[in-house]
Amino acid sequence: MIVRISGEDQYLLADEYSEELKRLESAVVGVVDGGRADGFDEAYGALLDYVRTHGTPIGDADIESSQVILPPADLSFEEAGREFTGEGLIPD
Amino acid sequence: MAGLTGRMSTVIKAKVSKLLDRAEDPAETLDYSYQKQVEQLQNVKKGIADVVTAKKRLQMQESSLQRSVVKLDTQARQAVSAGQEDLARMALERKNVAQTELQSLDGQVSELEEQQQRLTDSEQKLRAKIEAFRTKKEVIKAQYSAAEAQVRISEAATGVGEQMADVGLAMQRAIDKTENMKARADAVSELEAAGTFDDITGLGTGEDDIDRQLKQLSNGPQVDDELAKLKSEIGAGSPPPSAQIPAQSQAPGATPAEPSPEDAQQAPAGDGQA
Repeated sequence: MIVRISGEDQYLLADEYSEELKRLESAVVGVVDGGRADGFDEAYGALLDYVRTHGTPIGDADIESSQVILPPADLSFEEAGREFTGEGLIPD
Repeated sequence: MAGLTGRMSTVIKAKVSKLLDRAEDPAETLDYSYQKQVEQLQNVKKGIADVVTAKKRLQMQESSLQRSVVKLDTQARQAVSAGQEDLARMALERKNVAQTELQSLDGQVSELEEQQQRLTDSEQKLRAKIEAFRTKKEVIKAQYSAAEAQVRISEAATGVGEQMADVGLAMQRAIDKTENMKARADAVSELEAAGTFDDITGLGTGEDDIDRQLKQLSNGPQVDDELAKLKSEIGAGSPPPSAQIPAQSQAPGATPAEPSPEDAQQAPAGDGQA
C-alpha cells in the first residue's frame, strides 16, 4: 500500500502494517470525536511516525499514486474536526 | 479508510481526475499534463518567493522593534533619574508590549522559515517527477500501442498530478498562514506609525486611548517589578544629584535649590550666559 503524508513523502507500506495503521487512525478519530484537543498532537504524531518508520520512501523520480493520503503533520485539532464533518482541508 | 484519510484522499483524487479529464487523446493528455506540470512548477517558485518576502518583512519589523525596546529602556532610566515615575512606568509598559510583540514575531519568522524549507523540498520533488514524466512519455510514445499508451500515460499523469495537488495544498496553507501574520504585522505597524514605541518624551501626562489599551496589554506586576528594579539600580549607583554638585559649584549663577536632572540640562546654558 502506498501512503502519502501530505507535504512530505510517499511511503510503501507492507500489508502487514495496515492493521496497526487502522488502529492508530481510529485512535485519532476517537480523540477528535471526544473533543480531547490536548491528546490530538500525540495521537496524530503517532500515526505519522508509524508510517515514517515502517514505510519505505518512494524515490522522487518514481511516479506512483497513493492509496491513502494523510493530512500534513501541522494539521490542527480544529482542522481535523473539519476533515470529519466534511468541510475538508481543501475546498471542493 | 474512512474519516481522516478517506476524505483527504477522495478530494485529492477528484482534483487529479478533473485535471486529466480535459484530454481524451493520449498525445493530447501527454502534452496537456506536461504543460500543466511546468506551469505548476512556476507557481511553486512564485509561492516560495512570496513566503520569503513575508519573512523579510517580519524580520525588518523585528529589528525596528528591537531598536524601540532599547530606546524605551533608555527613556525609562532617564525618567527614573529625573524622578518622573509616571513617565518611566509608561515607557516600561510600552517596552513590555514591544517585547511581547518581538517574541511573537520571532515565532512567526521561524514558522515561515520551516514553511519555506518544506516548499523548497516539495518543489524539488515535483521537479524530479516532472523530469521523470518527460522521459517516460517519450518511452511510452515509442513503445506502446495507442490503447496501452493511454493507460500508462494516465497512470503517470495521475502520479504527477497527485504531487501537484499536494504542493498546491502546501502552498495554500503557507499563504493562509502568511495572511494571518500580515494582519498582525499590520496592526503592529500601525502602533509604530502612531509613535507608540518611538518617543514618549513628547507626550503629556494625560492618558490617551493608546495608553489605556497598552495598559491592558502589558503585564502590570511585571512593570511594577521592573520599575522597582530600575529605581534601586539607579538609586544604588552613583546618584545623579551628587554627580552634579561639582558642575554647580563652578556655576555661580546656578540656584542652590535641590538639584534635579532638569536643572542639570539647563546648567550648560546658564554657564554660557555667566
